[in-house]
Amino acid sequence: MKQRIPLTISFIAGIFIILTFYFPNSPLGDIEQHTLVWFAIVVGISMVVGVESLVRINVVKIMKQKQGWAYSLALILALLLSLVTGIMGQVKYGSPFHLQSPFMYVYTHMIVPLQSTMFAILSFFIASAAYRAFRVRNLAATMLLLSAVLVMLGRVPVGEKIWSQFPVISEWIMNVPQVGAKRGIMIGSFLGAAATSIRIILGIERSYIS
Amino acid sequence: MTQDTQKTFLEKLNNIDRRIIFLVIFIVVSVPMLLKLTSPVQISPEVQKAYDYIESIPAGGAVMFSVDYDATSMPEIQPMILCLLSHCFQKDVKVLLTGMLAIGMPLGTQALESTAAEYGKKYGVDYVNMGYRPGAQAVIVAMGREIRDIFAVDYQGTPMDALPMMKDIHNYGDLAAVAVMAHGATPEYWIQFAQARYGAKLIVGTTAVGAPDYYNYLQAEQLVGLLGGMRGAAEYETLIDKPGLGLLAMSPQSWVHLAIIALIILGNVTYLLTKKKLGAS
Repeated sequence: MKQRIPLTISFIAGIFIILTFYFPNSPLGDIEQHTLVWFAIVVGISMVVGVESLVRINVVKIMKQKQGWAYSLALILALLLSLVTGIMGQVKYGSPFHLQSPFMYVYTHMIVPLQSTMFAILSFFIASAAYRAFRVRNLAATMLLLSAVLVMLGRVPVGEKIWSQFPVISEWIMNVPQVGAKRGIMIGSFLGAAATSIRIILGIERSYIS
Repeated sequence: MTQDTQKTFLEKLNNIDRRIIFLVIFIVVSVPMLLKLTSPVQISPEVQKAYDYIESIPAGGAVMFSVDYDATSMPEIQPMILCLLSHCFQKDVKVLLTGMLAIGMPLGTQALESTAAEYGKKYGVDYVNMGYRPGAQAVIVAMGREIRDIFAVDYQGTPMDALPMMKDIHNYGDLAAVAVMAHGATPEYWIQFAQARYGAKLIVGTTAVGAPDYYNYLQAEQLVGLLGGMRGAAEYETLIDKPGLGLLAMSPQSWVHLAIIALIILGNVTYLLTKKKLGAS
């Protein structure tokens, strides 16, 4: 019984969603539209659950002064700052995303620089990794290296100035071998996803309720 | 003695201090940026297609923008959204803004408000900010039937029906295009649900790393245009004759690509020489 109820729900929901794809008009389409709104609401609620879990774990860490508790404190303070400024923006301007909202100040002057900095650091590590790891060890590695260099040269103005054919070669690599390989991978992965979905709908794949 | 010196030199090159590499990258990025050097770019077919499509939309048509990126991809995608918005407003095309990534919405709002102010556009008449709803796939599918079912109000709580621009806009059929500005997998959702199911015309603007994922959809005509990385933005800026951050970034990008290629060559030369020496000894 404990397994039968979720399996039945999965079967009915799965079959129903497939049917609505082929019969999108009323009444199936109308019911589908309601389920989509429910889905959005459930995702919204799951965010609240996520925040609760995040707060609980970090508050416990601070209370017990476990290793790295100061980072948890920074996280909780940042969360509170975002929450308070967001509510202030909602109350005063109707949305936290209003340009005058205090949340937008926090976003522009704290979140954006922090995120950008974290990501910008990657370029330095990529350059260092390219120097150490991009080696002509075998045929496959050599082909990868050559195509990477050709695409890099073809995608920047200086490459065009060195040789006008670099952009043409780069475009060919992107449109022919790259697309061919990607299409093969995608067909394989989507067939796998379809097979897994059918197994879940039919109750053959049960790991999600175990 | 010479062999020892040579070996030491090779070893040094092989184990080069990574801070030297970091310094090289810092210099080749910052110097062209500080000097504000610009480089003209050739227009690629995928960006030309996007431009031609927007160009073909008559005045009064509407384009929805989906902000599916955040500050991590801001240098690449923000110039794209700015020039696409400029092109739409230049042509008196109406704009709707939404997003599948909550943390990216403020970037979209900033881009929309600044561009609308530049072209003297009025909120509710020329553009609408619908805001964010969780559950990307469900939101995209639901808008195929009726936008109001999922966005009953705009981002400030104004009912959609109270906005004059929304009078005749109900679903993808009423939109000339959807411009998906993304750094993750959301363009896949838009292609699977909005394009394949409802026939929405999609333009994807994504990072240089992400762009290769969408060439197959472009070839299958499931996309009407594709902008990849800062290069894509620079090309679009060239097409609308409005130089911006994309074109400004082309020079540092050129030099950093050359520096990385030089590092790869140097790395391989030392690797092959070391291998040869080890084989000989």
